Amino acid sequence: MPLITYRKALNDALAEELLRDENVVLLGEEVAEYNGAYKVTEGLWARFGSKRVVDTPISEAGFVGMAVGASMLGIRPVVELMFWSFSYVTFDQIINNAGCVRYMSGGQIACPIVIRGPANGGTNVGATHSHTPENFLANTPGLKVVCPATAYDAKGLMKAAIRDNDPVMFMENTLLYGEQWEVPEEEYLIPIGVADVKREGTDISLIAHGRAVLTCLKAAEILQAQHGISAEVVDLRSIRPLDEETLLASVRKTHRAVLVEENKPFCGVDAQIASLIQEKAFDELDAPIQRISALDAPAIYSPPLEKLQLPTPDRVVQKALSIC
Amino acid sequence: MPLPIEMPKLSDTMTEGTLVKWQKKVGDKVEMGDVLAEIETDKATMEMEAFDDGTLAEIYVQEGEKVAVGQQIALLALPGDKPGDAAAPRPAAPVKTSAKADSSTVAPPAAPAPVAEVPVPASGAKVKASPLARRIAAARGVDLTRVAGSGPGGRIVQRDVLEAKPGAPAAAPKRPGTPAQPAMGAPAASVQSIPALPAGPNDRTLPLSGMRRVIAERLVASKSTVPHFYLQIEVDAAPLLALRSEINATAEASGRGKITVNDLVIKAVIAALGRVPKVNAAWAGDAIIEYAAINLSVAVAVEDGLVTPVLRDAAGKSLGEISETVKDLATRARTKKLKPEEYQGGTFTLSNLGSYGIESFFAIVNPPQAAILSVGAAVKKPVVNGAGQIVAGQRMTLGLSCDHRVVDGSLGSQFLGELRAFIEKPALMLL
Repeated sequence: MPLITYRKALNDALAEELLRDENVVLLGEEVAEYNGAYKVTEGLWARFGSKRVVDTPISEAGFVGMAVGASMLGIRPVVELMFWSFSYVTFDQIINNAGCVRYMSGGQIACPIVIRGPANGGTNVGATHSHTPENFLANTPGLKVVCPATAYDAKGLMKAAIRDNDPVMFMENTLLYGEQWEVPEEEYLIPIGVADVKREGTDISLIAHGRAVLTCLKAAEILQAQHGISAEVVDLRSIRPLDEETLLASVRKTHRAVLVEENKPFCGVDAQIASLIQEKAFDELDAPIQRISALDAPAIYSPPLEKLQLPTPDRVVQKALSIC
Repeated sequence: MPLPIEMPKLSDTMTEGTLVKWQKKVGDKVEMGDVLAEIETDKATMEMEAFDDGTLAEIYVQEGEKVAVGQQIALLALPGDKPGDAAAPRPAAPVKTSAKADSSTVAPPAAPAPVAEVPVPASGAKVKASPLARRIAAARGVDLTRVAGSGPGGRIVQRDVLEAKPGAPAAAPKRPGTPAQPAMGAPAASVQSIPALPAGPNDRTLPLSGMRRVIAERLVASKSTVPHFYLQIEVDAAPLLALRSEINATAEASGRGKITVNDLVIKAVIAALGRVPKVNAAWAGDAIIEYAAINLSVAVAVEDGLVTPVLRDAAGKSLGEISETVKDLATRARTKKLKPEEYQGGTFTLSNLGSYGIESFFAIVNPPQAAILSVGAAVKKPVVNGAGQIVAGQRMTLGLSCDHRVVDGSLGSQFLGELRAFIEKPALMLL
């Protein structure tokens, strides 16, 4: 199986879907002639032309609104946000329009739009460019939210997202764009709403999404090698819909859960997961549920401090040891 | 932020406590270890110590009020707190008591600690166990109060329960038919199963004290689940009374306290239990435990009930030691100053109503002990002597109530026979 980057996996997924369905269009700032701010759309404008890959003005409210409107009429737009942090100027289009139209039209109008882009801290781009809004968006009934952690998942989920008839918020990570994973050449899709056990274990469940999954995998190695603790790593992949069964099955197996996310702690995704576990698997718990999140402050601009702000393998190991 | 102080749980049967007396008043400086208040539990009055330094900011419960365990009773402002700071919700505000009550192991009166080597949690107001551990313990019949937690902070976790023996004596009393642990959680049902005639305008309705409730529950459990049978024997008390007079004749001169009839009976009971140790035993569900040590529970009437302080390791005690210890325990029982460990762990109980003129009676077995001795008054009555003549005698009637699962008729009789021998020939106790 060839090793390809997370970036290339996304690029392949977009190209395959552009080829497969003429209603698929890409739009966003610098996605076409500049090949994308992070080169995710590299080569696609040259290959598919200006009608399929469209550069937009610097106005998220404008082009997201346009894409929502187009999707109501059958176009399947894939909108790039240079950063998910910029989604905040287009919340009305995302939440009120994309998120509510199917419900408010009594199911008559679908909104098959994908909004994608990086949503992560850790790159010294400052507080206003480092947001992780998966919790905000997953709080909106009508929106789907996915956070792939690997190239394999990014490709399979992107193809599924484009074919989905509901708006899908697709959150990538600039720190992962250059990372490589094995990705099969043959076509595959990953259904939205299905979690993945990235590592089997028996003693404790590390439950994460996005890049935090990789942090957990590193922590699991340390726990095994240095402490003889067998950690299972569950990758949510989709925040909403949430694969409750997979994560509950893991908790029922290991009886301990550490929830890890790069999101902020207050009302974070893991607050929801913790509530779910205690509600549906309380009697399976042999220890309190633990959470590790980004430290609760705006993204710190100092690079050394910012590195510490995000969950580290060491923090995960320490938290795991505290309940084992 | 100010620290809420809650009614501490000082025994495993305690569901509420009465605030007897505040030792500090609002505005008083409090240092860690200071006595904040006296709390009356179902069995004793204990001193509640401060756990932190600070200032007593507010008192929510007035003296004489009874509140549930866990209810906030006061607020301690910590150094640095400003007036008006909201109370920090702090889980299970820990409060120490001078009695060092390990509430998870505090048994109601006179319940013997069944197995000495069973690990007990180091401290804490309630058993700390994971939900999974609780579920498994419930399924296997493991008593979590007897399991040592190996998890963080001493929490009982799955592995601890899996390693605990389900049939361990401590767990066994939960089975039907064993009264050692009546269901304290559901008090009223068993106590008031037959509704009382409603109180009229001239009647008094007395709320149950914690002690009354425990007595009710334990005795209902005993009488309804322990197969009782009763033996009675009349003994010649004259030699014992003569011995007592002899000893007490010199008591005043030598500065010793006077020996009571009961002290002598206790001495005789200890000697008899030494001869028939199978009576110094308890029913443990799937086994009978015969105790090496004789820990004699002595029933003491107190103002609103009774307590059974324990004369511990009684076998080696001299008559003088017995007399002094029992006197001290009884005095402190009446003033509710007994520590939990002083009324738990008995292996046999003695109840004496002789001072009330009662000639004979049968007490209810004090579970999980196997037997209880009921001692009547020494009374003058006509007796047919060995020569077939009717003469005046000093007689005492002893009743033995037995748990038939542990003590059979012949065993109980053997014990009473030995007891009679010691009472009628007290010199044998010197051997």
